[in-house]
Amino acid sequence: MADGSTMVVGAPAATSPGPRQAGSMKQLARRRSLAALALCSPLILLIVCLKIYPTFYAVFLSMLDRKMNNFVGFDNFAFMISRPSFQLVIFQSVLFAVTAVILKAFLGFVLAHLMHNIRGRNERVWRGLLLVPWVIPLSLSTLTWWWLFDPSYSAFNWTLNMLGFEDIAFLGTVWNARLSVIAVNVWFGAPFFMIMYLAALKSVPEQLYEAASIDGATAVQRLFFITIPMMRNIILITVLYSLIVTFADFDIVRILTNGGPQDGTHLFATYAFVVGIQSGNIPRGATVSLFMFPILAALAFFVLRDVMKRNKEMA
Amino acid sequence: MSASATAGNMPAPKAKVGSMEKQRRMALWASYIALTFFVIIFLIPPFYMIITSLKTSAEISAQAGNPWIVQNPTFDNYWELMTNAAFQRYFINSVWVTAVTVTLSMTIAILAAFSLSRMGFKGSQVLSTGVFLTYLVPPSLLFIPLFQILGWLGLINSTWALVLLFPTLAVPFCTWIMIGYFSSIPKELDEAALIDGASYPQILIQIFIPVALPGIIAATIFAFTVAWGAFLYPLAYLYSADQATLTVGIVRELIKGDVFAWGMIMAACAMAAAPPIIIYTFLMDYYIAGLTAGATKG
Amino acid sequence: MANVSIRKVVKAYEGDVQAVKGIDLEIIDHEFVVLVGPSGCGKSTTLRMIAGLEEITAGEIWIGGDVVNDVPPRDRDIAMVFQNYALYPHMSVFDNMAFGLKLRKFPKEEIKRRVDEAATMLDIQMLLDRKPKALSGGQRQRVAMGRAVVRNPKVFLFDEPLSNLDAKLRVQMRTEIKKLHQLVPTTTVYVTHDQIEAMTLADRVVVMNHGVIEQVGAPQELYHHPATRFVAGFIGSPAMNFLPCQVVDDGGLKVQLADGTKMAIPAARVDRYGPYKGKKMTLGIRPEHMTETHDSEKPGVQIMNAKVDVVEPMGMETLVHHFVDGVAVCSRIDPNVHTGPGEILPLAIDMNNMHLIEDATNRVV
Repeated sequence: MADGSTMVVGAPAATSPGPRQAGSMKQLARRRSLAALALCSPLILLIVCLKIYPTFYAVFLSMLDRKMNNFVGFDNFAFMISRPSFQLVIFQSVLFAVTAVILKAFLGFVLAHLMHNIRGRNERVWRGLLLVPWVIPLSLSTLTWWWLFDPSYSAFNWTLNMLGFEDIAFLGTVWNARLSVIAVNVWFGAPFFMIMYLAALKSVPEQLYEAASIDGATAVQRLFFITIPMMRNIILITVLYSLIVTFADFDIVRILTNGGPQDGTHLFATYAFVVGIQSGNIPRGATVSLFMFPILAALAFFVLRDVMKRNKEMA
Repeated sequence: MSASATAGNMPAPKAKVGSMEKQRRMALWASYIALTFFVIIFLIPPFYMIITSLKTSAEISAQAGNPWIVQNPTFDNYWELMTNAAFQRYFINSVWVTAVTVTLSMTIAILAAFSLSRMGFKGSQVLSTGVFLTYLVPPSLLFIPLFQILGWLGLINSTWALVLLFPTLAVPFCTWIMIGYFSSIPKELDEAALIDGASYPQILIQIFIPVALPGIIAATIFAFTVAWGAFLYPLAYLYSADQATLTVGIVRELIKGDVFAWGMIMAACAMAAAPPIIIYTFLMDYYIAGLTAGATKG
Repeated sequence: MANVSIRKVVKAYEGDVQAVKGIDLEIIDHEFVVLVGPSGCGKSTTLRMIAGLEEITAGEIWIGGDVVNDVPPRDRDIAMVFQNYALYPHMSVFDNMAFGLKLRKFPKEEIKRRVDEAATMLDIQMLLDRKPKALSGGQRQRVAMGRAVVRNPKVFLFDEPLSNLDAKLRVQMRTEIKKLHQLVPTTTVYVTHDQIEAMTLADRVVVMNHGVIEQVGAPQELYHHPATRFVAGFIGSPAMNFLPCQVVDDGGLKVQLADGTKMAIPAARVDRYGPYKGKKMTLGIRPEHMTETHDSEKPGVQIMNAKVDVVEPMGMETLVHHFVDGVAVCSRIDPNVHTGPGEILPLAIDMNNMHLIEDATNRVV
């Protein structure tokens, strides 16, 4: 990206500018700069029309009343935040995102190490099997989970009964449903963490471990003094990125619980859908979505900073 | 490894070599056992999906015996779906939306990535950063204003809405991947081509695209995944059954009232999940390489 | 086949950094010219300006009677070999070599004829179907050269083509490049940081430093008559020894080192060095002109005692490092002379081959 611009030299001819200095090479450079812009124009158009404009439009929408006739300022925000059901949405979204991401990161880390231990031996097959949850479209696998959790036909409960346990109402109580939703998200997202961490693990030079072993480091010390510091940036970027995606998740809750029981599992996205699309209150729906914005923006800021830092380190 | 060399004439360290070897083998076995455990857990839902899809409605509702096995396996659910006009419609909708999305996204991404990684203009740096930021905008943040915008365009309940919107989800990351791959092509390669007499379009088509083919495969798979699996946008903007894509069609249309035809639903899920699984089976390595390009460098 | 002339060429980057500060160079037809200098001296930038890969800030570059400042690379009729070869990884060797001809719409038979001819010349006929990945470093180098040869251009440009090869292969390929130029005597501009490469290949060597040309000349001329302190120190390995000195006259012109050692200046040079009496100067003397003493010395040889610091036997000669006046000095002695660290070694200094550098101007007088 950066090196592309070095060819387009804007420095004026400092010494003895002959008549040919403004010649066609320079014109060519200018033309190329224009061509470069033209090649990017579909991208720019896409971003401006379907990302930037809707963002501002969402802010505008959130400041209208239900009939979308009158401007009401921040009334919608004030109203939402005062409602216990929306406070519950905030709580559940944070709980869901934080818990799920921590679990995914941990599980991914463990899986990556296991994969790293067996390196070379049918690694492709194992990796392929572990990636299956991540490959199936989420809405379809969630449907399968729903079927597994089904109150009267649950195959899990059948197994529990076989082993002598009571039935569990997986989606029946608020906390059970919350845990089920988190479980499905962890199941879906852990493979992504695994491949990111596995790639990071593989990039740690083997000599570092050999040097540490000779220096007398135990396996645990090698993990804490070499592996984790070397992977630090990737761990961070993956966690932050996943926080964004998980925080804004829609599919799992929509299909598994649709926000229930007693609106205990709604996330911002599913709640905004119910309010904005199903009940047709566009301004309120936009308001709900926009509550995500500051959190996502903060996370995005940190991701960007870390990615830039990493790029600079590699350069 | 090095221990074996010094152990030659001393009996005592030899035992130690054996124990290290043994330790290593045990660690390997422990890893295999743990991995097997996780694989089993991970594969429960897809396994159960397949099992259920092979059952008749009668067998499911009878609730007799072990639900994890099929008593009378049958492909009836699959046959029925294949001849079902509605399901065929979903499939066709998904295929055409995905095909157009992938083509459109890849064209936009490749052109932009070539420009950003090689040609450059004032503000190209800002644009690259902007592309990355838009990649971090989740679909659920903007679906309500987009609903209004689609309303003006008259695209509500039209698959064209998806063709318009899916690229917004796919293009940023595709561009990002392609910038990475194009940037890794040594600059001397285009200079050699310039001297050989190639024009910029020729450099792009004859040098960059073939050389960055792994990246193009990775980005294409990403765009495919986004379009094929998307759920929120089709659910929000397409309300009639004939416009539904597979995900929405299965979740919304196949589940009717309390009569859950689970055998058929699971068969539909399996059929809808098959294309991505097939693609990943063959091209997984490219996709993972593209995804983890940042993690493996440095 | 063409002359290349570089006239008052300047290359400035944004922020007023001048990589090339107005250089002049005339390269005649069929000539093999090597630009040599340390990294950042502007040699590669100069080459890239000839190629048309860098815009020329000021001045003119002529190829074969035309100003090419505004001509894009493809219309300059040049061919270039890059340091990392820049072979198209997805094309076979044949396609790599044919690419330029295909783009120029040469007929198929003509392309095949030319590629085969070049491949035979470079001994890579059996590799034509392979991809670059399946080639060794030396083979890739040949393909890169083949790609240049088939085009039959007016000028060959080489940008540090041997830097990525191991030492042994580098020597071998160096010979091949020279042979190629004898076979196809195209005007060649060759950039390297390796002065041995420059010396062995060039008809004329251009020594560059900090964006200016220090000296242009045939290899032997540069070696024996360096014009500046930089050239004196850059050409030759191990490098020339530099000792701070003054020119004094106590009944005969002598150089006096900082510790008071005086050495007579040969009669032939008295006139030349006379005017520098009393000025701060540097004595330059190559290691091969500082040797072990013999029973009878040639006229003009002076003896100096130096303490041995490190001894490096090379086989056909031995390099001995000393400290003289706190300056590191290297001498080349016969391998049969035995000496060791701490010993005092009398050195015969051949003043007939001395160089005297004026400190104020850094020029060899």
